[in-house]
Amino acid sequence: MKTFNYHAAKDVKEASKLASNSSAFLAGGMTSIPSMKLGLATYKDVIDIKHIKKLSGIKVSGKSVTVGATTKHAEVASSKDVKKAIPSLAKLAGGIGDAQVRNRGTVGGSIANNDPSACYPSACMALNAIIHTNNRRIEASKFFKGMFETALKKGELIEAVEFKIPEKSNYQKHPNPASRYAIVGVYLAKHKKEVNVAVTGAKSSVYIDKDLSKALSSSFSSSAIDGMELDSSEMNSDIHASAEFRASLVTTYAKKAVEAC
Amino acid sequence: MASLVGSRVERKEDKRLLTGKGRYTADINISNQTYAAFVRSPHARAKIKKVDTSKALKASGVVSILTGEEIANDKIGGLIAGWAIRSEDGSEMKVPANPPLAKDSANFVGEPIAVVFAESLDEAKAAADLVNVDYKILKGVINTADAMKGETIHEGIDKNLCYDWLLGDRKAVEEAFAKADKIIKVDLINNRCVPNAMEPRACVVDYNTASEEITLYTTSQNPHLSRLIMSAFGGVAPENKLRVVAPDVGGGFGSKINVYNEEIVCSWASKKIERPIKWVAERTESFLTDTHGRDHVTHAELAITNEGKFLAFKNETTANLGAYARVFGTVTPTYLFGPCATGVYIIPAAYTNVKAVYTNTAPVDAYRGAGRPEATYTIERLVEKAAMELGIDRTEIRMRNFPTEFPFKQTLVHTVDSGDYVAGLEKAKQMSDYAGFEERRKKSVANGKLRGIGVSSYFEACGIAPSAVVMSLGCGVGLWESSEVRFNPTGQVSVFTGAHSHGQGHDTTFAQIAADELGISLEAVDVVHGDTDKGTFGMGTYGSRSLAVGGIAIVNACRKIVAKGKRVAAKMLEVSEDEIDFKDGEFVVTKSNKKKTIGEVAFACYLPGSRDSEFKSPLPEGEEPGLIETSFFDPANFSFPAGSHIAEVEIDPETGEVKVEKYTAVDDFGRIVNPLVVEGQVHGGIAQGIGQALHENTEYDETGQLITASYMDYTMPRADNFPEFNLGFTCTHATSNPLGVKGCGEAGAIASPPAIMNAVIDALGGQEISMPATAEKVWKACKVLKKSNSKAA
Ligand SMILES: Cc1cc2nc3c(=O)[nH]c(=O)nc-3n(C[C@H](O)[C@H](O)[C@H](O)COP(=O)(O)OP(=O)(O)OC[C@H]3O[C@@H](n4cnc5c(N)ncnc54)[C@H](O)[C@@H]3O)c2cc1C
Repeated sequence: MKTFNYHAAKDVKEASKLASNSSAFLAGGMTSIPSMKLGLATYKDVIDIKHIKKLSGIKVSGKSVTVGATTKHAEVASSKDVKKAIPSLAKLAGGIGDAQVRNRGTVGGSIANNDPSACYPSACMALNAIIHTNNRRIEASKFFKGMFETALKKGELIEAVEFKIPEKSNYQKHPNPASRYAIVGVYLAKHKKEVNVAVTGAKSSVYIDKDLSKALSSSFSSSAIDGMELDSSEMNSDIHASAEFRASLVTTYAKKAVEAC
Repeated sequence: MASLVGSRVERKEDKRLLTGKGRYTADINISNQTYAAFVRSPHARAKIKKVDTSKALKASGVVSILTGEEIANDKIGGLIAGWAIRSEDGSEMKVPANPPLAKDSANFVGEPIAVVFAESLDEAKAAADLVNVDYKILKGVINTADAMKGETIHEGIDKNLCYDWLLGDRKAVEEAFAKADKIIKVDLINNRCVPNAMEPRACVVDYNTASEEITLYTTSQNPHLSRLIMSAFGGVAPENKLRVVAPDVGGGFGSKINVYNEEIVCSWASKKIERPIKWVAERTESFLTDTHGRDHVTHAELAITNEGKFLAFKNETTANLGAYARVFGTVTPTYLFGPCATGVYIIPAAYTNVKAVYTNTAPVDAYRGAGRPEATYTIERLVEKAAMELGIDRTEIRMRNFPTEFPFKQTLVHTVDSGDYVAGLEKAKQMSDYAGFEERRKKSVANGKLRGIGVSSYFEACGIAPSAVVMSLGCGVGLWESSEVRFNPTGQVSVFTGAHSHGQGHDTTFAQIAADELGISLEAVDVVHGDTDKGTFGMGTYGSRSLAVGGIAIVNACRKIVAKGKRVAAKMLEVSEDEIDFKDGEFVVTKSNKKKTIGEVAFACYLPGSRDSEFKSPLPEGEEPGLIETSFFDPANFSFPAGSHIAEVEIDPETGEVKVEKYTAVDDFGRIVNPLVVEGQVHGGIAQGIGQALHENTEYDETGQLITASYMDYTMPRADNFPEFNLGFTCTHATSNPLGVKGCGEAGAIASPPAIMNAVIDALGGQEISMPATAEKVWKACKVLKKSNSKAA
């Protein structure tokens, strides 16, 4: 590992001010530390945001669940409030990686990183989330820009993620057998006016599958999408799953999600 | 006194190992040590044109950089193949030189080319990046099946063929095949596995400039053997100037048998730079350079009658050795494989032909079961397929071909001294509710799932020893084991053994044996192992040999102690030896009930006199003081554990997910010293075998890059991949050793892959599928099944 300056930021302002082209925020460190260790990323400054109290915690209102950026996956998974308001969100958090990862990894780190096979981005998309940063509110649909790319600007810090409470929802994941990231993750949410089927793992970045969403909007039943063949041409292909297999898994897990609702 | 042998004694070592008090090689630090970082080949096959260290030498903290040139100049020998195998045509096997630092060519990704020693690990790694190696990249030979057609990797080794070996009688087999009603055929791949010991390899070397002694702390399953090899073949130092210490070792599964490049290089270099050296493998280095396991491509056939009687067996296998032949690399796919390939059956004619090939991949060597899992996989896939094709129940066809009389002269090499294969399978059927399977299958089908059941009956030859036998088969050393038992004057006992635990619980089981033999408490016994400066010589731990060979040396040394004790007690009690019985730690005069405890006798052996009494020694005339005995045990035969495992899986046809629903294992390990330890070994073995069958995917791309070189891509099985294992035992004693023990370390890994794969294939309606049966492969097979089912309907 190359040397770097470590800063424990007191507040959001300080954290943001310290940021540069060659810095990273340190939340759970589950992505940033391994990348630094393997030499895939080098930073001059590492800005620890774990000690900023304001960034952590869960708030539930009538319409939404707001999760602070540095809230750990394990906290979301075990939160009674989340389990009651959006049980599928708690389930998603409880199925991330392994116990060690869940006890360190954070929602802010997860979506800032926007790994194509991370789980949280699909929740953001399906639950019409608003990403609150230190200077604006970004809709999920405008936040995830592409593989490991987001709308965040230099020094911009995620403070919280606000998930809209749906009528029904479910998250289904086909885990990568080795890492337990999503080979395919399908987040299904039925809102008053629409059904969203958000898919992670299948393509270079999270997306809403329009065909599945449309079919389920007109009829919310698994038979509405049974046997639906999706276009696999833009899907990922690797040693664990071909594009063709991924395409089939998306429909399969969407069906399972509907059945589980 | 209750017998300790046979009881569930909790492991003595667990307090240390589970509370972080274990002492592993990486825990050792020596003042003024330097840190080693190896420069490794990023190419699978390349000519090394030039190694330029000039820039790296100027980097901060660098103490020294050594290359293949220097190690060759110092005439340090390379890594060796421990068994000489002869081809069918009588020619000797072909083995390339394997220098500790490659000088002229690199033959697999990760092969060490140079080494940097620096004041800190970071500096060593940074400088290693600055070593500039000029390569001429060549086209590598990667694939096992095509290796003989590839470019020649090692000069003079035609077709990349190490040997073309035959065991058995081709003519007899062909004759039997001509008369068969039916011939069952399978084409199998036994997938390559990375052993993945929890503790990565490491070494710490300390050279004493005054005594000129090298102390090597290392992660080894067999420190004495390592010393012998490094001294005799490496020329690193004479044995009396080389101390090898393997402290706690965190798993090996065979991968820590070999003496590796890093150990030779660091030992040699420590003397050269006159500084201690520390090297600890990173996980990626372990993936790339630990010896891998398996990697066979097999075509096998079984000739049968319509009644399901087996007539003859043939096995044509290509075994991948990787880039070089290592210690057990050449014997694993031959004598550890071929003789077991006919399984637990009477098959009158058989042969196994193995072509061992070199490729530009990590060397392949013994891995838990070594050859016997590959053998069992071959025969058990054939047998299950035979049952399917004949429409005979899979357990019935096995019963029809089991031997029922022992000793059983198996077709190819072994005479199996004891066993009861029928009892084992019957018990497994009962424990697994075999009869109720079809009901469970219906339930799964009703839920849209597929369900399958698979059986695997196995035997294996372990307790790897009989020196005369193994040496006649090409082994470079005798594989006896030794022990020294030392009584302290105040009554405790140190048991020195040449076997070395890397997780097997020897501290406990060996103490149980010695405590029983000597009639003393478990607490009074300490087991000492893993240090060439302590105790006698030893061959180490592998091939499920520690108890059946090493344990018996302990028994015999203890019995020598008792024999001497009896002589001394007789003198002390003023009777003749044959009037004394030894029982529960006491020498008792049968007639008078006068006695001396073994502690009193030991005390007397060390203090043979007394100030107050007249001169009168308790020692008989000519008897030496002290109470220390040594024994070398070399059994007359291997030992032959056997059993039947039954697996049941459920498959989700839409996701391809295979869930192991039930797993039943019934094993015959002979006498069991500690059921708790044995169950642990069986659990681990089964988990490892299920890992191979369903999860573990070692993949090299066509250029020879290992694309599964981390846990992000290489699937290690985890606890939630398994059901509760249902374990049972039958018992027939081994006749080749006085305890009647057989060995249990490898059985689980031997039996489970075919049990699982037979179940998966059963669920898939008999469709062949290769290991690991990953979701996508299974999903594809499910699609085919669905199509053919709908056609049939
Ligand atoms: C073995 C393993 C398995 C995993 N499995 C899964 C899985 O199944 N599903 C899944 O979704 N994820 C998975 N993850 C990812 C994990 O859940 C973490 O969420 C992820 O690693 C990043 O979170 P972190 O808090 O550790 O971020 P860090 O590593 O601390 O930071 C990551 C990046 O995010 C930036 N960042 C962090 N916080 C903020 C913020 N508040 N504002 C702006 N930028 C910020 C940092 O600058 C950095 O670039 C896995 C990780 C591992 C190691």
